[in-house]
Amino acid sequence: MTEPLLQVRDLHTHFFTRAGEVKAVNGVSFSVDRGRVLGLVGESGSGKSVTGYSILGLIDPPGRIVSGSIRFEGRELVGLDPDELRALRGRRIAMVFQDATATLNPVLTVGRQMTLAIRAHERASDRAARDLALDVLKKVGIPDPASRLNTYPHELSGGMRQRVAIAVALLHRPALIVADEPTTALDVSVQAQIIFEMRDLVRSLGTAMIWITHDLATVSSLADDVLVMYAGRMVEAGPTRVTLRAPRHPYTAGLLASVPSRNPKGVDLPQIPGSTPSLLRLPPGCPFQPRCPRATPVCREDPPRVVDSGREALCHHPLPPASQAAA
Amino acid sequence: MLGFIIQRLLQAGLVMLVMSALVFVGVFAIGNPIDVIISPDATQDIRARAIAAYGLDRPIWEQYAGFLGRLLQGDLGRSFVFNMNVTDLIFSRLPATLELTLVAVLGATFIGVPLGIYAGYRPDSPVSKGIMAVSVLGFSVPTFWIGLLLILTFAVWLGWLPAGSRGPTVEVFGVGWSFLTPEGWKHLLLPALNLSLFKFAMMVRLSRAGTREIMLTDTVRFARAAGLSEWTILRHHVLKLISIPIVTVFGLEFGSTLAFAVVTETIFSWPGVGKLIIDSINSLDRPVMVAYLILVAALFVTINLLVDLTYALLDPRLRRKGA
Repeated sequence: MTEPLLQVRDLHTHFFTRAGEVKAVNGVSFSVDRGRVLGLVGESGSGKSVTGYSILGLIDPPGRIVSGSIRFEGRELVGLDPDELRALRGRRIAMVFQDATATLNPVLTVGRQMTLAIRAHERASDRAARDLALDVLKKVGIPDPASRLNTYPHELSGGMRQRVAIAVALLHRPALIVADEPTTALDVSVQAQIIFEMRDLVRSLGTAMIWITHDLATVSSLADDVLVMYAGRMVEAGPTRVTLRAPRHPYTAGLLASVPSRNPKGVDLPQIPGSTPSLLRLPPGCPFQPRCPRATPVCREDPPRVVDSGREALCHHPLPPASQAAA
Repeated sequence: MLGFIIQRLLQAGLVMLVMSALVFVGVFAIGNPIDVIISPDATQDIRARAIAAYGLDRPIWEQYAGFLGRLLQGDLGRSFVFNMNVTDLIFSRLPATLELTLVAVLGATFIGVPLGIYAGYRPDSPVSKGIMAVSVLGFSVPTFWIGLLLILTFAVWLGWLPAGSRGPTVEVFGVGWSFLTPEGWKHLLLPALNLSLFKFAMMVRLSRAGTREIMLTDTVRFARAAGLSEWTILRHHVLKLISIPIVTVFGLEFGSTLAFAVVTETIFSWPGVGKLIIDSINSLDRPVMVAYLILVAALFVTINLLVDLTYALLDPRLRRKGA
């Protein structure tokens, strides 16, 4: 079996704050193959974004990767020289952020920002940089790209801004794109457009993607695989179809139950009782145990791995597998 | 943009009118200049003629109307002391102050901003802490004290630089400039250093605060994710983003220094306008004071206008409104 494009093993990224050590990512493992899309799902504070930043080496002090391994294209990224890491960023691994209004520099033209990103990795004449920028802007569905080069971000609509940010990420045809909730800040109609355009783009370019989101509906239509995180830990992971059709971890099941479209109209949406635990004071054993309807005293110990049909869940009392649930 | 400029020009005119009235009335209230001009043992007749000659026997509003009328024709009156046209007098002193101010403000900006960016980029390094310590000194130690220390150290003890006055000048476009001669620079260095210390401290603090704030934004994170080097991020992204407050302070500091470099010019006996205004106040040379304050008001109005226009150049988001 060939090595996957990206393999993360037992990643621990902690933040050393005055209040104590925040274990934002606490032992997460997964892998992404070339051209595949992984949905990284969780609530705010589940550690999904920090996982993404860890892969790009963009964890700022007081945070750092404490232990674990991130292998990308056969190289270990944890502990890699900052300059070599920088050379990978934007060229082999790119990132798209939540809000393009905040990520694009308001006082530089679109063309200037793209040129800076191009020249970060290759010597390009003005002409060549311009041609490349035009080509990529066209690819992400921006009409009349030539005139957009001289505009400033505030002159574009929200959807166009995010397309420009995606174009910047695609400039060097990276092997992996980490997309951190790239559609949350957009109108619903634009969201759907961008999601499908991105899916088609990564398919046609053969780029793998990690799609970080709290939105299960997006994941189900976009991702090949899904990884559910809770309080810095992985709770369930597997092929999207299997995992979302019949989740085995009670947390995944709770998340799915609270998706509006799955519920009849006029009925209160089911909620998961309680709130996410403080990452400073994690309960022992399974982090979801204080809120879990199926919890028993044994849940205060580390949960076992439950594996079926290519999916794994970390749970003492998993829900029954699909065949039995249907029966 | 044109509408914006016209609107600002009208505002400027109003400001100038109010300012001229305030200045005229304010200065009118100070003493009687006639006592200074003519000798105390002059006859009553000579005294009355002098008062009439300067128009001092008329009511204040008539004097103001006359003043305003002449002002509109560009005539600001004659100095009682120097007996020459006030405008000519001030403009003959202006180049000395202008070159001193330019050297001080430009020096403070071009040295202070990079150091401030560094201090904001690496807030915990010993070098940054050193930079900040110097800036605290620049803020808190009074100018006259630093000026005296500079003279004591570099002129008296070390004897490297002259203690005061302006060096030889070279005529360019009919105006004498001392910064074109090496000897002129020697004279310029100490007063410019003295004058720039406070501005340097301000530039350091401004750019440090701006840089610290911007380094935490998603703009920088996105640039890093695209693989830009830290140097490129600082030079292209950060510098452009912090430039608006810097331009503001540059403009205001340039204006206020040009107008009120009084302390430094006095200590280093620099023959600029600051020294002229102090001498004029001492001798109650009213036309010089009035003209000077009017020119200062005009200077500030002009600088503010230029700063506003520069904003529009720097930040595209501000361009839309007036366009």
